[in-house]
Amino acid sequence: MFEISPAEWTAILLSLRVAIVATLVATPFGIALAWLLARYEFWGKSVIDAVVHLPLVLPPVVTGYLLLLTFGRRGLVGAWLADNLGIVFAFRWTGAALACGIMSFPLLVRPIRLSIEAIDRRLEQAASTLGAPPWKVFGSVTLPLALPGVLAGMVLGFAKAIGEFGATITFVSNIPGETQTISSAIYSLIQTPDGDAAAGRLVVVSTVIAMGALIASEWFARRATKRLHGN
Amino acid sequence: MLRVDVTKQLGEFSLEASFESQGRVTGLFGASGAGKTSLINMIAGLLRPDRGVIALDDETLDDTSKGVHLPPHRRRIGYVFQDARLFPHLNVRQNLDYGRRMNKLAEDAAQFARITDLLDIGSLLDRRPGKLSGGERQRVALGRALLSKPRLLLLDEPLGSLDEGRKEEILPYLVRLRDEGIPMVYVSHDAAELRQLATQIVMLKRGRVTALGGVKVLT
Repeated sequence: MFEISPAEWTAILLSLRVAIVATLVATPFGIALAWLLARYEFWGKSVIDAVVHLPLVLPPVVTGYLLLLTFGRRGLVGAWLADNLGIVFAFRWTGAALACGIMSFPLLVRPIRLSIEAIDRRLEQAASTLGAPPWKVFGSVTLPLALPGVLAGMVLGFAKAIGEFGATITFVSNIPGETQTISSAIYSLIQTPDGDAAAGRLVVVSTVIAMGALIASEWFARRATKRLHGN
Repeated sequence: MLRVDVTKQLGEFSLEASFESQGRVTGLFGASGAGKTSLINMIAGLLRPDRGVIALDDETLDDTSKGVHLPPHRRRIGYVFQDARLFPHLNVRQNLDYGRRMNKLAEDAAQFARITDLLDIGSLLDRRPGKLSGGERQRVALGRALLSKPRLLLLDEPLGSLDEGRKEEILPYLVRLRDEGIPMVYVSHDAAELRQLATQIVMLKRGRVTALGGVKVLT
């Protein structure tokens, strides 16, 4: 029987909310960073590049713990944000979104960076001789040409965010309705007797979402090639 | 009037050029590698001279001794590249309209119709650049530069990437343009082409100006 229970729905919807918010908030930062890395040589560039990729190679539990130390209630940044802006990450869904955003950031940035690097800069020169100041060149030529890469990065980042487990559970724990995403719900279910059927349903749901994301990402990549060749 | 007096070191190659042109069409003539493209890139503002002055009419575009360098988007100098460089994500109409939008000029349907008629590109407006022939692409690039209302038009071997038949197809349009009275700098390594178009010649050889004058310096 494939009937999703209310508790499972809660986890699915929370996962979607966390992943969507994480992706949308991370994207502008991702574009800015991708552009910086694609276009400029500066002191410390390789350090920044390494830091961005760190979540990919660090054990997720380490990233989660570092987040807890930094953004927890008593963390350096966390305490300041809570006291001054009233923003709390610890044990909230927003903290899950932060963890997912950081874990998926390298996957978001990479396709954007590649698509910006692939743009023929002579088109941007042409735009400037037609009277476009640099920021308008970015908005009217660079960004539209990089758009399929931006969308591909968003889809990949979203897929990673929705499946994130280690950093999230370390940072914000596993609270049903607040921080229990699909992954942490599956984790709880397989430790419970008779939880197998429910865990199986969530496994199917997360597989479908991930597959959908990969297919969408491929589709955007194909469009990118087409767009750059002007057909 | 265009006044150029610049030096630029590009790796092993040194460019040292000085000329003044009153002509309506200044032909920049020389073999490939003579520095023609570098020179007009400096006039366009895409390349900064190491030393020297570039002035158009009463305005100084570059003056290294005073630290003056006007960026390309504020020069109002149109540029037709050898490889057209149409924006692949925009159709022909949007490409043609790009300069007007960027310069926040009012829409001018009469001018748009006149230029598209002049260049016979009215039937291409809804196509993407990827679906155009080489000659069509070059005509659209010309139209795009003209519609940004430049005070000087730079053309870098606009026929260079076309075969003989296509050249014959474009040349009459360029003659029409010259007779419109827009000042042009026309780069070419083809003396026959310049004889048809130019009113004044600047001859360039290995980064130096070797001759200046009317079209007869080409012989």
